[in-house]
Amino acid sequence: MNLTQFLIITAQAGMLVNMMLIAAAYMVLAERKVSAWIQNRLGPNRVGWWGMLQSFADVFKLYLKEDIVPAAADYKFHALAPVISIAVAITVYAVIPWSGPLIEIDGVQYGLAMAPDMNVALLTILAMTSVGVYGVALAGWSSNSKYSLMGGLRSAAQMISYELSMGLSIIGVVLICGSLNLVEIIQYQTANGWNVFYQPLAFVIFFVTALAETNRAPFDLPEAEPELVGGYHTEYSGMKFGLLYLAEYGNMLASSAIMATLFLGGWDPVPFIDEAALLGLDPYSLPMVLIQHGVFVGKAATLVFVFIWIRWSLPRFRYDQLMNLGWKILLPLSLANITITGIVLLLLN
Amino acid sequence: MANVKTNTEAQRMTFWERIYLPEIARGLGLTFRQMFKPTFTRQYPEERWIPEGSYRGRPVLVQEEEGERCVACGLCSRVCPALAIEVRAAETTQEKERYPEKFEINMLRCIYCGFCEEVCPEEAIVMSKDYELVFGSQEEGIFGKDKLLVPVSQLQERLEFLRQWR
Repeated sequence: MNLTQFLIITAQAGMLVNMMLIAAAYMVLAERKVSAWIQNRLGPNRVGWWGMLQSFADVFKLYLKEDIVPAAADYKFHALAPVISIAVAITVYAVIPWSGPLIEIDGVQYGLAMAPDMNVALLTILAMTSVGVYGVALAGWSSNSKYSLMGGLRSAAQMISYELSMGLSIIGVVLICGSLNLVEIIQYQTANGWNVFYQPLAFVIFFVTALAETNRAPFDLPEAEPELVGGYHTEYSGMKFGLLYLAEYGNMLASSAIMATLFLGGWDPVPFIDEAALLGLDPYSLPMVLIQHGVFVGKAATLVFVFIWIRWSLPRFRYDQLMNLGWKILLPLSLANITITGIVLLLLN
Repeated sequence: MANVKTNTEAQRMTFWERIYLPEIARGLGLTFRQMFKPTFTRQYPEERWIPEGSYRGRPVLVQEEEGERCVACGLCSRVCPALAIEVRAAETTQEKERYPEKFEINMLRCIYCGFCEEVCPEEAIVMSKDYELVFGSQEEGIFGKDKLLVPVSQLQERLEFLRQWR
């Protein structure tokens, strides 16, 4: 790797991290706005036009707040937990193909993705989301508080049980596309139509497990306000709380982007139509890549909206219902999905 | 309890209800429709609510041209459940003979129950429409006669309401 490449990749990393932070800020605003609309309210509209600067004001406030560590807490782990959470959330962004190649320097193409052509991208994502449990479980345990511990334990149990179904539901997609490389999966879908039409069951399973993995309602047991005060982040304040919160929204956007990549055709605007030929553009030309980037972000944003919409519509699952759904319904369904996909593919070939 | 019809688990819900997803979709549809309905939010500092005469806001003393109506009988102080009112009487040579030398309501204690207004024989203390009460210190929360006296013309609506329902 030469210096130019190193600098460009560093710049890309900086861009992606900042993009994630700003996206998370506006997702918080979107969450508050959508919840307000669903409840016939207006939502934040004072800070900046249409409340646009509300999240930044909130973050500023979090920076100024006192950082309280409970006397009985394990300080090192208490400080480490938010770092793990946010680091894991950011790492996933490295492999998400936000856009195709935009510029070419010294024969190497660069897009808005750090490692789009990584051949184990999908495995990296699954591995990283698993490590995310450590952040939450450590946060709950190191606080040395009952509510936090309950939240941490619940989240560990929930994330581990739903990870199985999540991983298994992806296998159907991998079987069809024959690759773990996200760009290749998107290219396959551009050529053959979106995976959601071939794998509707896997899409539903992935969606449900993604809700559980990101601790979103109706699976927000780790932070169930009415039962656990704040769940695993009860004992956090100031920017440490901010980081945990940010990681949560970062994970939400990452799951939405992954869902768009795996099932909704990634950056393909309309299924079963060759848009590049229709518009008379070269599929790898700059305007086409920009259109695709917009489409990808639009799909991810729509899925984020659905996440928020579901949160403000559905009540929370009970713990036993959660475990029943995960182990007795989603796991057998995803196994059946793999079997059927495998048999059909075998018969077709 | 002979007429109780017992249902088995399977009879209670149909298959489509048991797989949840259609019902969830219906629920989501309901919340989606809510998003386009008009909001109830009042933009407070610009848009202020003006209460009806029946509203019990900050208690005030009625001020007439010759002075306050209050004759310092002390009934309001006596009836106040929160012990918020302090009255000290003094005598004058005027027709009414008595007036409150000191009349203080501790607005940090007041619970806006309206007992003082109910018990007052002179209609001298009434609940106003004022609901914007902010003070920077505990001392500021104790309202003396300077803040309590309000001209009778501003309290007509409340006085009429009281006469109507007395």
